[in-house]
Amino acid sequence: MTAATESTSSKKRLSGIIDFLSKWGTIITIFVLLAFFSITMDSFRTASNMVTIMRSISIVTVIATGITVSLTVDGFDLSVGSVATFSVALVMSFFVWYGWGTIPAIIVALLISLIVAVVNSFLIVKLHIFDLLATLATMFIFEGVAMTYTGGGSISQGMPRLDGTPTTGTIPPEFRLIGQSPYIIIIMLVIVMLVHVFLTYTKHGRYLYIVGGNREAARLSGIPVNRYRTLAYFLSTLLAGLGGIMLAARIGSAQINSGAGYLMPAVAAAFIGFSVAGVKKPNAIGTLVGAILVGLLENGLIMMSVPYYSLNIIKGLVLAIALAITYYRKHD
Amino acid sequence: MLLQEADIGMEPKHTLEMKGISIEFPGVKALKGVDFTVQSGEIHALVGANGAGKSTLMKILGGAYGHYVGDIYFDGEKVDIRHPHEAKALGIDVVYQEVDTALIPYLTVAENIMLDKMANEMKGKHFIRWGNIHRNAREVMKRVGIHLDSRTLVQDLSLAEKQMVLIARALATNTNFLVLDEPTAPLSQTETEELFRLMRDLANNQDVGVVFISHRLPEIFEVCETITILRDGLVVTDTTIDAISQQKLVELMLGRRFEETYPKLHVPIGDVIFEVKDLNEEYGRVRDVSFSVRAGEIVGMTGLVGAGKTELCKTLFGAYPIKSGEMLLHGKPLQVRSPHAAVKQGVALVPEERRKEGILVDEPVYVNLTLPSLDKFTKGPDFVNTKAERATARKLIDELGIVTPSENQKVAYLSGGNQQKVAVGKWLIADAEIYVFDEPTKGVDVGAKRDIFELIGELARRGKGIIYASSEIPEILDISDRIYVMYDYTIVKEFATSEATEEEILFYSAGGQ
Repeated sequence: MTAATESTSSKKRLSGIIDFLSKWGTIITIFVLLAFFSITMDSFRTASNMVTIMRSISIVTVIATGITVSLTVDGFDLSVGSVATFSVALVMSFFVWYGWGTIPAIIVALLISLIVAVVNSFLIVKLHIFDLLATLATMFIFEGVAMTYTGGGSISQGMPRLDGTPTTGTIPPEFRLIGQSPYIIIIMLVIVMLVHVFLTYTKHGRYLYIVGGNREAARLSGIPVNRYRTLAYFLSTLLAGLGGIMLAARIGSAQINSGAGYLMPAVAAAFIGFSVAGVKKPNAIGTLVGAILVGLLENGLIMMSVPYYSLNIIKGLVLAIALAITYYRKHD
Repeated sequence: MLLQEADIGMEPKHTLEMKGISIEFPGVKALKGVDFTVQSGEIHALVGANGAGKSTLMKILGGAYGHYVGDIYFDGEKVDIRHPHEAKALGIDVVYQEVDTALIPYLTVAENIMLDKMANEMKGKHFIRWGNIHRNAREVMKRVGIHLDSRTLVQDLSLAEKQMVLIARALATNTNFLVLDEPTAPLSQTETEELFRLMRDLANNQDVGVVFISHRLPEIFEVCETITILRDGLVVTDTTIDAISQQKLVELMLGRRFEETYPKLHVPIGDVIFEVKDLNEEYGRVRDVSFSVRAGEIVGMTGLVGAGKTELCKTLFGAYPIKSGEMLLHGKPLQVRSPHAAVKQGVALVPEERRKEGILVDEPVYVNLTLPSLDKFTKGPDFVNTKAERATARKLIDELGIVTPSENQKVAYLSGGNQQKVAVGKWLIADAEIYVFDEPTKGVDVGAKRDIFELIGELARRGKGIIYASSEIPEILDISDRIYVMYDYTIVKEFATSEATEEEILFYSAGGQ
């Protein structure tokens, strides 16, 4: 055997390893982390902690599925965090300020949140602004809108409005249930399944991926490309709004910028999801796996007493690795 | 001529030999031990049907595919070419078929020509001397004989001009061997002549070895001295051009006898089903165009490259905005504000830029085939019935003779001719009334071409209206019933095909009156 063929065969082996890792690396990492945390900490192993992890990732996951949908059309929705903040403020104000019931409050909050989708798709589809930049703009706009709406403060039961008007509304207990396990976990799983079925088994899902794959070819095949890009942004906003509702139910009040912290882990989850099981495109189940990885890491590190202010270092690194796996492609 | 005779006695400056080259892609063994030799100062034809491995072989030579097996020798010395820069270092330049991938649209002609120099020869330097860049670029262009302003942006150039820019770029650095992969496909007659002049100049006066890939056989006989014929990843013949006839060449390429002309399927022609009246495109890319198509009729739309055929096709399909005019299908006005609307109303387009517009290379064959008619494969609330999809795809693969291991193969791995069959096939399920074909045989071998012609004949037999746009006049004469000649974005002449000659069509194509 000559040196040249030896080096190509070892190269082949190396690329085989990289292939395997990019497919199954996420799942392997999850098990390695589980084993590591379980061995080092007794409290980690408990069933209640597993539930805690699942509960803690449910909001991230729902927001991340929204990002996933925007990624299918080769777009990107940075505004999801602000949408969540906005819908938290809306739904809380409906309860506390206006004394509405659970169902109308949720529905109206989600509908009003969709204004963000209208603005996003107008900027992206009509004005041809790059997705990332357009949603960067709306991210700031609606962060500001939410803050202006609440008067720069928070909303919680019994607290007077900023101008001193006393509030009488209460947060319905059944609304708070949404934020408790098992309901919050069930909602997450149902959303992941719905998005998965939508993307994988319906005509619309197929079209979304095709539009993302080659916009011009999609257009010349008769697909209403702009309509599907708009649809993607409406869905990502809707899911982010739903994430906000779950967040509101979880914490029971509207805090300033409460959704902002979910953007980063959600982006990480969606990008980790690309490569899970070698799907190589944005997908809902991969996103769930990605969210589990991020949540697990966060939970374990907190239990190991890593200070919260240092967690972002780890989270950022995980995102960088996920992006590296997604964008590092062999030249074939 | 004198110069050439003097050359014969001399040793060639450089010899490039490829020996036992094999390469595999998922599911395909593209080359199976190919030997290929080219020398300085010769123009060497590399021919073969689509999928024979010509482009693959040249991509290996250019360093684009590093995972081949076999050896390459430069002047008898073994060299390892695994990356483009290694090929460049030996003075091997390849101008690929897809010119747009190699150019930077928002830079000027000069910057694009000098790109390699700017990228590779500026070690330790940080400031660009714009004067030099433009002066050097102009010098190269002068040598190549192209007349472009060095400050024009590449995105504003025509396809032919872009190709010239790429050739100029190759020649801006020291070039021993120049590979041109189907350079004449998008070129007009005069542009082709110009390219041949340049190729001869490079070979005879600058001692460059030129490898020329083309599907147009007369061109090969006009310009080449030696020829290598590939079939199914193997060399079948390696000889001088004088030792072979055109008929023999086609036989060797296909491995069977082949009739040069395509017998037209004669079908009864019905009433006018499609009418276009005074059509104008928003930005003047179609001007005052009026024509009609009858049921079962194949209407040839010809003209030189740049005459506006593609623009007309896209406007009919709603991909370009209409300013004024009327389109009638079965007497009813069509509203084609978008391709989506056009498809709904029964218009189908097989676009010219196959890989960019016609097919999705990263998707499997079946997804491509069912894409425009996915509505027919849904059950319940818009769920896709993949089983039905695949079954239909398999049937279509059979009918059209698409060469693929299965309906699940990514289209990227099919040969050009088979990709084109997919691009056409996807509209057969969609069941349109009017089929618009824009250069459907571009970059397609003779065998696949015949299949596509048969397909179009079959559509006509079913009473569809066909618009066949092409600058290949012999093809138009073979297949059409009636011919419209375009010049400067409008129709200048109409012929019944039985009364038209190639000379006459050329006369009107060139703006004659």
